[in-house]
Amino acid sequence: MKSRFFTGAAVVAVAALALTGCTASADESDSAGGALKIDVPDLPTHEKIGDFEDSLDIVAWSGFVEPAWSDDFTKETGCTVNRRVAGTSDEMVQLMRTGDYDLVTASGDASLRLIAGGDVAPLNLDLVPNFGDDIVEGMKGQIYDTINGKSYGVPIGRGANILQYNSEVVTEEPTSWSVAWEPDSPYAGQIIAYDAPIYIADAAVYLMAHEPDLGIKNPYALDKEQLAAAIDLLKQQNKIVSEYWADPAAQITSFAGGNTVVGTSWEILRKLTEDEKFKSVLPEEGSTGWSDAWMLSAESDSPNCAYAWMDYTSAPEVNGQIAMGFGMAPANAAFCDLNDEAKAHCDYFNATDEEYFKKVWFWTTPIEQCIDGRTDVQCTNFQEWTDAWLTVKG
Amino acid sequence: MKRRTQLAGLLALPMFWLVGIYIFSLIMLLATAFWTTDPFTSKVKPGFTLRNFEQLIVNPAYLSTAVRTLLIALAVTALCMLISVPLGIFMAKIAKPWLRGLLAVAITLPLWAGYLVKILAMRVTFTDEGFFNWALGPFGITGPSFSVTTVILTLTYLWLPYMAIPVYTAIRQLPANLFDASADLGAGAWRTIRTIVLPLIKPAIIAGSIFTFSLSLGDYIAAKFVGGSTQMIGSIIASNINLNPPVAAAFAVVPIAFVVVYLLSVQRTGALERM
Repeated sequence: MKSRFFTGAAVVAVAALALTGCTASADESDSAGGALKIDVPDLPTHEKIGDFEDSLDIVAWSGFVEPAWSDDFTKETGCTVNRRVAGTSDEMVQLMRTGDYDLVTASGDASLRLIAGGDVAPLNLDLVPNFGDDIVEGMKGQIYDTINGKSYGVPIGRGANILQYNSEVVTEEPTSWSVAWEPDSPYAGQIIAYDAPIYIADAAVYLMAHEPDLGIKNPYALDKEQLAAAIDLLKQQNKIVSEYWADPAAQITSFAGGNTVVGTSWEILRKLTEDEKFKSVLPEEGSTGWSDAWMLSAESDSPNCAYAWMDYTSAPEVNGQIAMGFGMAPANAAFCDLNDEAKAHCDYFNATDEEYFKKVWFWTTPIEQCIDGRTDVQCTNFQEWTDAWLTVKG
Repeated sequence: MKRRTQLAGLLALPMFWLVGIYIFSLIMLLATAFWTTDPFTSKVKPGFTLRNFEQLIVNPAYLSTAVRTLLIALAVTALCMLISVPLGIFMAKIAKPWLRGLLAVAITLPLWAGYLVKILAMRVTFTDEGFFNWALGPFGITGPSFSVTTVILTLTYLWLPYMAIPVYTAIRQLPANLFDASADLGAGAWRTIRTIVLPLIKPAIIAGSIFTFSLSLGDYIAAKFVGGSTQMIGSIIASNINLNPPVAAAFAVVPIAFVVVYLLSVQRTGALERM
């Protein structure tokens, strides 16, 4: 699964993800130094940029490290870039634990695990001058890359998990996710769902709006009862899905082949169908989403090259190239003002539309500590989510 | 002494392969099944617990998935047999040489294409607007869409050569005079097949079935691409392999157990000795 986080864009409005001091709201008991403290290994930060090493090894999502921009970097710094493409967050975590890599493009459900496992080091943002005022508000200091006031990640981009539909069959634009969850959906049997434990959060987002009695405040902070309710909803949905997708190509062919008319998707996948009849909407309940960031291995043997790379790729042009290549909203808003093409890209992916991303809960690793601030219960961790997820399909 | 050196030289590579790589990695995997995982960082810690095996029985989803996978593997094996025997008889005894050659190529042709390519081809065939519904729609037949049935058909398509080739070879080796003698004694075609052909090619069928059965047990890519919401043992192992390797290792024992039981029951029939 490509794991992605709930990012901070939502924090402003939702004020639930108070893991970082700057986002704590009045609801939280402690608004000063971060309402939540998470035990993480104390690792040293790189002090200053020294001589560049020979090479830089990066674990990346497909499309994040491409010769189109890495060649220029090598020319400038002399650091040869070696890329290892990973298909899932879990794979990334495993690869980073080998200690053979310097950098990773970590998504939300990977980053907390990496930080807590002592696999990635805190960052000295002074050494990344391009990480500045132009980084979009919603991606600063979020729970997935800032723990106990220390920054661990340099944001790359973000996106939402949207509701895509075939407008020839679904003639009226759906305003609610109910078409994908309720057994009396007119599209039963033609619904596609995401195939990963983190999809439980999508059920939780739906329950937040429709079952307020459950008291879910953050879809990544579910106690046992709330998790059971989400699983029940997923089991109910299991009876009306046409299939589950984890592979983007499978999702696209499912829509194009007519097996599916409505279901969860990414903007880039809708675009790739190259068919105007497929439309997308961010329903009223909001949705889950993902946000990726560069993270530096605690055992990196090329920290200088790594810092140079994080700075280089945070420049508006390069950050924009990555965002356009992958199909997501760039982290650096300065890119949007570069030219018309960049502007169009930013508009299409709602890059600077914080109102849009306020409704998006970015993927975050569920942990036992409730990240919505509750202290009277223990929340379910990702392992429990995985076990529960496997019971959905039976 | 020289003889011994020769023997050692002959066995060195296969023994290294079998013990050093094959058995050692399997034992390492099985040992992991007794280890534990840190729930937060999902790091594996050596230890001893039977909790992972307990999960297999306690978790109803794991149990039903194991049973479903077993039934799928048996169905694929049965389907492969049903196709291979008549095909083998036709190719070996009835078809003209040119047709026999053509059929031999047709059977082995799927082996030339990549595994993923074949599964995606089946995916395209069985989509709602795919070839199957287009071809049979006019007769009022709609395809199985993405379901367990499609998984069985796809796995049959993938593994058929492993059954068809040994069966065909075995039938081809049956002397023609057996058929003549059977006909002379008044047996019809069906009786000849039942009493002469089938008993003689049983070892070949069993050899083929070991492939189709064990390959089906281990597959999960087919379920992922053409199974809709079908979940197989491999799907659960794949979901756990990075996050909770001990549970994945424990579940990996299940198909091994199925295959061992299968081989033991086959051995009781005495077919293995004649293979």
